[in-house]
Amino acid sequence: MTVDLTFNTKPTLTKRIIPCLDIKDGRTVKGVNFVNIRDAGDPIELAVQYAKDGADELVFLDITATNEGRKTFAALVLDIARHINIPFTVGGGISSLEDAAVLLDAGADKVSVNSSAVRRPKLVDELAKEFGSQFVVVAIDSKLTDDGFVVHTHGGKKPTDFNTVEWAKEIYSRGAGEILLTSMNTDGAKTGFDIAVTKAVVDAVKIPVIASGGAGTKQHFKEVFEQAGADAGLAASIFHFGEIPVPELKQYLHAQEIPIRL
Amino acid sequence: MSKNEKVVIIKYNAGNIRSVSFALERLGITPVITDDHELIRNADKVIFPGVGAAGSAMAYLKERGLDTLITSLKQPFLGICLGMQLMCKYSEENDTKCLGIFDLNVRLFNKDWRYGNSYLKVPHMGWNTIDHLKSPLFKNVPENSYCYFVHSFFAELNTDTSIAQTSYGVEYASALHKDNFYGVQFHPEKSAEAGAIILKNFLDL
Repeated sequence: MTVDLTFNTKPTLTKRIIPCLDIKDGRTVKGVNFVNIRDAGDPIELAVQYAKDGADELVFLDITATNEGRKTFAALVLDIARHINIPFTVGGGISSLEDAAVLLDAGADKVSVNSSAVRRPKLVDELAKEFGSQFVVVAIDSKLTDDGFVVHTHGGKKPTDFNTVEWAKEIYSRGAGEILLTSMNTDGAKTGFDIAVTKAVVDAVKIPVIASGGAGTKQHFKEVFEQAGADAGLAASIFHFGEIPVPELKQYLHAQEIPIRL
Repeated sequence: MSKNEKVVIIKYNAGNIRSVSFALERLGITPVITDDHELIRNADKVIFPGVGAAGSAMAYLKERGLDTLITSLKQPFLGICLGMQLMCKYSEENDTKCLGIFDLNVRLFNKDWRYGNSYLKVPHMGWNTIDHLKSPLFKNVPENSYCYFVHSFFAELNTDTSIAQTSYGVEYASALHKDNFYGVQFHPEKSAEAGAIILKNFLDL
């Protein structure tokens, strides 16, 4: 017997905590300072530890510049999928359906595209059509300039013609399933996420937004969830160096009545 | 669960098979990934994963006669995500007639539905709770355990076959059971420890 639809507006879907690992030639780049980790450069050991610690998702960004290194990365993705039991996104150097297919086949849950989508926005449509929107994350590096929030590429060095919010709307309409938004103004400063740009993007699209850049304290995560409406918070060094252990962060957010998976 | 158990993952045109296979390997089982009717029929357990669209997936299954094979199976059978949806009667996705094992409809989340202070984001993506658990599939899994979901369509609640439910704007069936057939909307292979327990419970059926 089918039951009539019962509507429930109470949020139970949790906010996500996402450590990000930069990978070069199959090794993690930024130093890590984990008591439990034997080889700080081994992405698998680090990823398994994060999964055990309760990270909700992981992001691996390949910053290798060479083709040889790219092959190493695909092999690494396969190894990651073999070892961890939480979802993960991979990004870096993906500019075609073929690039994405290799990573999907290796077990990645999502791919992230950045400057390749800026160069050729239709890539987003193609990826969404071929693999489904849930597979397509578009990373946006945004910087506040005299012209407002402007999309940048090349690690935030090169401005584009795109306004951040307009670009977010465009990739949403092209089928992106999620936005990974990094503010170049706050990235690395540990003064808090960029609430203004995050809120502007969250309000402009109906897909999840991962806030990135600026996390230095547990309160910063609370702020970006409550004030900007971000769906997830991403950080790298504060997790890698054990400044904010993931379990402690999640306990804190739970105590602050933010929906969190414990 | 015996290490010699023959576990088959049905191979078809919907991705995500690799992750399911790895999750089973972490439990000490090496599954066979195949669309061979004989191998599927003779397996001890059959897993039917899936990430993709209902229309093209059903067309593929029909082309290869896998639709009638699946409904005739007698061993424990587990559909995951799209796999579970295809086991229902009908899906609004591509207006698709499905396998009809579970007598219910699969519907699209409505972006105009309210969720907390905002509108629903579709797909429903991330960690959400499962409750009203009633099946050996959830042995040692506490009520309100978190599982990982990625989907835009959902199965209606059904008093006869729902064995778990989840809330995302609407209460829907996040797991189903009828006879030897089980389905879960979430991804046990990506649901950390809770997911591993559920997969192990399925292998122990």
